[in-house]
Amino acid sequence: MDGGVGYADMDALKATELRLGLPGSHPPEKPLPTTTTTARPTKRSLDEDRAARRETSEGGRATSARATKAQVVGWPPIRSYRKNSFQAMKATAEAAGLYVKVSMDGAPYLRKIDLEVYKGYRELREALEDMFKCFEGCKGSEYAITYEDKDGDLMLVGDVPWEMFTSSCKKLRIIRGAEAIRGLGSSQ
Amino acid sequence: MTYFPEEVVEHIFDFLSSHRDRNIVSTVCKAWYRVERLSRRIVFVGNCYAVRPGRVMARFPGMKCLSVKGKPHFADFNLVPHDWGGFALPWIEAAARGCPGLEELRLKRMVVSDESLELLARSFPNFKALVLVSCEGFTTDGLAAIATHCRGLRELDLQENEVEDHGRQWLSCFPDSCTSLESLNFACLKGEVNAGALERLVARCVNLRSLKLNRAISVESLARMLARTPHLVELGTGSFTVEHRAEAYQRLIHAFRKCKSLKSLSGFWDVAPRCLQSIYSICPNLTVLNLSYAPAIQGADLVKLIRHCFKLQKLWVLDCIRDKGLAVVASTCQELQELRVFPSDIYGTGTAAVTEEGLVAISSGCSKLNSLLYFCHQMTNAALITVAKNCPHFTRFRLCILDPGKPDPDTNQPLDEGFGAIVRSCKDLRRLSLSGLLTDKVFLYIGEYAARLEMLSIAFAGDSDKGMVYVLNGCKNLRKLEIRDSPFGDAALLENVGKYETMRSLWMSSCDVTLGGCKALAAKMPRLNVEVINDRDESDEMEENPSDMHKVEKMYVYRTLAGARNDAPEFVEIL
Repeated sequence: MDGGVGYADMDALKATELRLGLPGSHPPEKPLPTTTTTARPTKRSLDEDRAARRETSEGGRATSARATKAQVVGWPPIRSYRKNSFQAMKATAEAAGLYVKVSMDGAPYLRKIDLEVYKGYRELREALEDMFKCFEGCKGSEYAITYEDKDGDLMLVGDVPWEMFTSSCKKLRIIRGAEAIRGLGSSQ
Repeated sequence: MTYFPEEVVEHIFDFLSSHRDRNIVSTVCKAWYRVERLSRRIVFVGNCYAVRPGRVMARFPGMKCLSVKGKPHFADFNLVPHDWGGFALPWIEAAARGCPGLEELRLKRMVVSDESLELLARSFPNFKALVLVSCEGFTTDGLAAIATHCRGLRELDLQENEVEDHGRQWLSCFPDSCTSLESLNFACLKGEVNAGALERLVARCVNLRSLKLNRAISVESLARMLARTPHLVELGTGSFTVEHRAEAYQRLIHAFRKCKSLKSLSGFWDVAPRCLQSIYSICPNLTVLNLSYAPAIQGADLVKLIRHCFKLQKLWVLDCIRDKGLAVVASTCQELQELRVFPSDIYGTGTAAVTEEGLVAISSGCSKLNSLLYFCHQMTNAALITVAKNCPHFTRFRLCILDPGKPDPDTNQPLDEGFGAIVRSCKDLRRLSLSGLLTDKVFLYIGEYAARLEMLSIAFAGDSDKGMVYVLNGCKNLRKLEIRDSPFGDAALLENVGKYETMRSLWMSSCDVTLGGCKALAAKMPRLNVEVINDRDESDEMEENPSDMHKVEKMYVYRTLAGARNDAPEFVEIL
């Protein structure tokens, strides 16, 4: 979920980019059609692969290299049946989901996240940090993550078991500054 | 031996179970050949184009079970164009004429039309079992024909086929008098089936031991069926979507508790992690568990489940099990023999799910492991060397590092030494798939040590022709060699042409072999079919008389007694 080398400058730009996808994640490239309809795709990609290999072997961010590399036909070697059912499953999984709005004090616009994606509070916290770190003053300053529950009350995130939280959370709000410090007390 | 009456010789041959042994004894003398061929009941044809169907039927008139394989293995990964071939119809026609007593038919990677299924259904009065694996070309209409006409059908097993849905009626075509089913697997069907008809069918087939449902079957239906089949041994659940508070769920738990014979589970397409608790009561008896189609089950839940499965011998999972999860498998599943870890995020750039650590953990806990398919993001030589030491009993070792040509991340070295350790240690290795950054050296090791190797898959590996030559000259039991995107050319192809007659087939794609090289091979070896498969869009180019220097995109070479096949499409040139 982290951005990787060279993305620091891009954060501000990326934050304003309208796209579908989970916060902090880079949406996968749309897979190329797997039939060989273009002339010698595998030959070209072999050379590209060799070039990319030299790049990635410099100990690094294989993720960025992978995202830009053309996809190789028939790789990874997974049966089409499995690939197709996997894509179908992903579609239904993404269509469902528990999306809630996330607002942050001082931010010009809100975000939306799918609570079903996270396994617990730590992951949620990390994802929210990642999503909002582009905003000035966020780093180092105190903040508290709160949510509005079914009854409309503003609650501190973290008090109840995770499942109970996901089933009662209607929207999230990140409170910053003095208000947050006062509120945190001994709970975190 | 020729002084023994034939019945005695035949009786002795009954003890030979392997095809290879029977093939060998049939070459001893004419008398043995005759006795053997008349008494052979199970016939296996590894390449449908290696021999004419009629010839098989003529040689083995008493045949009861026939297995035929069609397309080359790389067809699984879309490397073989759609209508390349591998048609089942000629085989069914020939069997209908020559072996009407046929009872079982197993087809893999073949094109099976509804017409062939209809012919099959009407031609064999004693037909008992149909197994189709990775086939295509038929619809539920063909299945309807089987259901309608095959009285006494015991097994209908459809594994990972592409089946066109023409409606749900096919299952209702099993007559009310049908009570013989022992195994029914329609997990790969995408459409709805008539649940009522299915439940009635299951209820009246008292010998049913294996039932694998498709995704359309609800939990309510599953619960009802399980209540009627307490002796079930293998179950593929339907979608398994249920609210854990629902009554159906409670009934399901109850039904599971009664299934004391259940040893194999699969399916779970849409299961919510919470509902996995329903199978905890069966887990201690499970020997086979396939969760590789259940991406909704992540790490912690998966681990909780596996902790109950201490008799597991075969486990298929997604890589969301993570290295930590594999460590739990290692400590819990001491009987594990086969492990497959599939990638859950094929195209994404997500965080690494399993690495060499998971594999090392498995190897230290599961000493009986002999079959592995492992998709991972990285592997190290050190890890492979450790695995080789811990698990010397591998017969199948397939490693797929998702990034082609990736080196050992710790040392930046190729993985030659790691795979070298595997082939040196695992003396019974029959199947090997390589990946990662590899030089010619790994092939030197393979040629030298992998004496029992029968199938080798190579991708994005090697530096020069020497690599391929090491393998061809070294592995004396090699039967299938498939290579893609590797720098092997004509010199390697033509170095040991006699070798190809000892093998079933050779596949090379995106390598450096030229048309001239293929022509030379075809000229030297008349009993091989050398197929040059062109990409469709290029077939216009090909008509302009390409030069012999032209690199061949895909080449498939196989030994054959049948000569050039007459059903090849335009884009396949047989030299």
